[in-house]
Amino acid sequence: MKALVIAEIDKHSLKQATFSCLAAAQKLATTVDLMVFAPVDHALHTYDFRGWSNVILVENITCETHLTAEAMTETILSQASTYDSILFPATMFGKNIAPRVAAQLNVGQISDVIDIESSDSFTRPIYAGNALAKVTSSDTVKIITIRTTAFSPIAESGPSSKKLTCPFLMEKWQKRVWVEKREGTQNLRPELSTAKVVVAGGRALGSAENFQLVEKLADIFEGAIGASRAAVDAGYAPNDYQVGQTGKVVAPELYIAIGISGAIQHIAGMKDSRIIVAINNDPDAPICQIADYTFIGDLFKVVPELIHELTTRKRYG
Amino acid sequence: MKILVPVKKVIDHTVKIRVKTDATGVETQGVKMSINPFDEIAIEEAVRLKERSIAHEVIIVTIGLETHQDILRQALALGADRAILVTAESATMLEEFDSLDIAQILKLIALKETPDLVIMGKQAIDDDCNQTGQMLAALLGWPQATFASQVTIESGIADVAREIDGGIERMAFQMPGVITTDLRLNQPRYASLPNLMKAKQKPIGTMKMSELNYTPRQRIVTQTVFNPPKRQSGQTLSSVSELTQRLFETLSPSS
Ligand SMILES: Cc1cc2nc3c(=O)[nH]c(=O)nc-3n(C[C@H](O)[C@H](O)[C@H](O)COP(=O)(O)OP(=O)(O)OC[C@H]3O[C@@H](n4cnc5c(N)ncnc54)[C@H](O)[C@@H]3O)c2cc1C
Ligand SMILES: Nc1ncnc2c1ncn2[C@@H]1O[C@H](COP(=O)(O)O)[C@@H](O)[C@H]1O
Repeated sequence: MKALVIAEIDKHSLKQATFSCLAAAQKLATTVDLMVFAPVDHALHTYDFRGWSNVILVENITCETHLTAEAMTETILSQASTYDSILFPATMFGKNIAPRVAAQLNVGQISDVIDIESSDSFTRPIYAGNALAKVTSSDTVKIITIRTTAFSPIAESGPSSKKLTCPFLMEKWQKRVWVEKREGTQNLRPELSTAKVVVAGGRALGSAENFQLVEKLADIFEGAIGASRAAVDAGYAPNDYQVGQTGKVVAPELYIAIGISGAIQHIAGMKDSRIIVAINNDPDAPICQIADYTFIGDLFKVVPELIHELTTRKRYG
Repeated sequence: MKILVPVKKVIDHTVKIRVKTDATGVETQGVKMSINPFDEIAIEEAVRLKERSIAHEVIIVTIGLETHQDILRQALALGADRAILVTAESATMLEEFDSLDIAQILKLIALKETPDLVIMGKQAIDDDCNQTGQMLAALLGWPQATFASQVTIESGIADVAREIDGGIERMAFQMPGVITTDLRLNQPRYASLPNLMKAKQKPIGTMKMSELNYTPRQRIVTQTVFNPPKRQSGQTLSSVSELTQRLFETLSPSS
């Protein structure tokens, strides 16, 4: 059995999501190849390709290339014929492309897989994770997106991989669809979906200015920042901070929810965190039912005190 | 310009769902159902384009059952012009369609109606698949703009801001194409009583699945549905220093 993983990358490295996908792919196939959409020279100099069979580097990509779902799909399809499965991380990146690839192969797609029982049986959450479904697929090729928090990333080890190349097939699309610009969130923090500590704020913060309390607490742990939908909608935090059913799924060692009620859509994105701490003034808030530690009180009083104690202890302790 | 808006009837987002005891699915008997929230956002966007005279017709389509007329009326009351109901033979059959089946059927409808734009939800909140829009775009050979938080249409080009992992991507495509909606695209309106009355006059065309000459694949099959593991509820702490202590323990389990 052969599997192809579509790598999610940033400038500096293959993202952890990629290593989680590789781990999942190893449950499905003995040969696992990786496909990378990046300038070839940059990829060869920057990324550590070890431990799996082949790396397919996509040629004629520069920093200016429009990496549209349409062109990436064509390119993936040009290589698809020898694989029994193609895996993508269930991130905005993967979700955008995988269904397109599936439809063009006339096969289904299995979203957000959290467990692989066999080569045709998978478990995935439905209804915001309030139920789990075991699904089977009778398609000849399995197109899968992987919930990355459910698979521990493989370590980069082993012999270095064989490099192959293929062309980027964009001609058909470049006049019909293009990227104008990417407005990245300025972020010097660890990535939200893989951070060890996530401090998240909700509507109760009340303003973007007050949201800095969340940031200050996150700074102490060198953690990432999350937000509820209400906080994002109100403009306290950027959209890619949203944790939940329709935002990011996280599973850190520690998740601190500040002024977040814990609607099912929010809990869907963080309930697999190892330790959950809730700071809320309402003991009946649903978040308190799933939290390991609940502190009932006014966040504007508790959080500054907590920041103070933590910094003091960190310094002397 | 003509806009097609596919909508799905789902268990209302405020309902706490219950897994059926026979593990075949989720209890729907006597449970409040609504238009998928992302599809409401899609309807709103289409209606706004019509109100700005950018679009001249908004057509709603659902693949469902006779009993799904109600959400079509609801969509018409929100400002759509007409609706199409494609009925499956039975509720069981409808449940067995996978996303590619739905996308294939939507493709047949799109070929009939020749819309310039399809606007649909990014995700149905029951199956949480997030696939159908991308699949439909691929089947039609059209471009796609998923997770849209802003849409501008000018001279045959759709300019879309998309919510992506690291922020926002601004992209554009030559119509026809498919847009899928994210939460920040707009705030859907409520249907007023007069509009609900008016909606009764608007046409709903019904057709049976069998009339479309499409044989469902039903390749991705749900075998069992079960409850996720439950989290134990924890401790309530009463002092900040206790909380500080716990946080330190959490991060250094050995101490
Ligand atoms: C289709 C759909 C998708 C959605 N997807 C998501 C998603 O992905 N992620 C998500 O988060 N939400 C999502 N939502 C929204 C979700 O249903 C909730 O509305 C949202 O999570 C609420 O955010 P919140 O907890 O910040 O606000 P609220 O529910 O208003 O909670 C605020 C909390 O703060 C507490 N509080 C108030 N003042 C203080 C104070 N001074 N000190 C301490 N505590 C205080 C209150 O007791 C309350 O518990 C979605 C909704 C829909 C319909
Ligand atoms: N039965 C259906 N009828 C019409 N549209 C549908 C149906 N199922 C899904 N859709 C559309 O596809 C979108 C994405 O659904 P999904 O891929 O299932 O998450 C929804 O928001 C709807 O716009």
